[in-house]
Amino acid sequence: MSAEHWLFFFFAGVAVLGALNLILQRHPIHSALSLILVMASLAVLYLLLGAEFIAAIQIIVYAGAIMVLFVFVIMVLNAGEEERTSLSRVAKFVGLPLAAVFLVEVCYVLYRAWPSEQMVVPERFLGRTEAIGKALYGEFLLPFELTAILILIALVGAVVLAQKEP
Amino acid sequence: MHVPLSYYLILSAILFGLGVLGFLLKRNIIAIFMSLELMLNAVNLSFVAFSYAWQQISGQIFVFFVIVVAAAEAAVGLAIIIMIFRNRASLNIERINLMKL
Repeated sequence: MSAEHWLFFFFAGVAVLGALNLILQRHPIHSALSLILVMASLAVLYLLLGAEFIAAIQIIVYAGAIMVLFVFVIMVLNAGEEERTSLSRVAKFVGLPLAAVFLVEVCYVLYRAWPSEQMVVPERFLGRTEAIGKALYGEFLLPFELTAILILIALVGAVVLAQKEP
Repeated sequence: MHVPLSYYLILSAILFGLGVLGFLLKRNIIAIFMSLELMLNAVNLSFVAFSYAWQQISGQIFVFFVIVVAAAEAAVGLAIIIMIFRNRASLNIERINLMKL
């Protein structure tokens, strides 16, 4: 077991446990905090894959900005513990096993399609920030400019939706 | 010794499955929204892994755009949740089953 293995298994375990905790916790603020944990450990996995820019914006935008928005809304609405309602029979006896089957099937297909001989070797990393900047302002310039319009529309939409009724 | 690429993809599948499970099981509308974010994160991880596998930078560019759209979606979605809470005084989706009061 090398350091890379330890890092991967530690942060993969933290991510899976955080996701499980998200589902099991009944108070939304606890779910939000475990989601932040998942995002932070995913940022480390991005670094292990050589995507340093994505790791940085994962922390800054996702774990920072978006989750702060979530925590803000939970605090503003004073969301308490969620009420426990019983699952329907169909959901319990058909839905959950089907979800488990789906999960196992996807894992199996991925494992078959990508044999474990292909390793993540640091010498083959490509995601330097310089390369991303060149692609973003060259090949992907039009989509990049369009996201500005998207953000503007979302901004106006959020303000219009959340304002007090006159 | 290095980590096989398939481990990353399987981790991404597990996280996506947990996100689907949370989406189906949670009753609080904010928690459902957070499960959605978890699914987006799982897909982002597989995008980065495939970007490495094919040595293409476009995978990481796509993750960038997914994060941008997720930010916009979170802003609008949380505004809608605030609206719903103002009208219904509840965050439980079992009580939000009518389009019009």
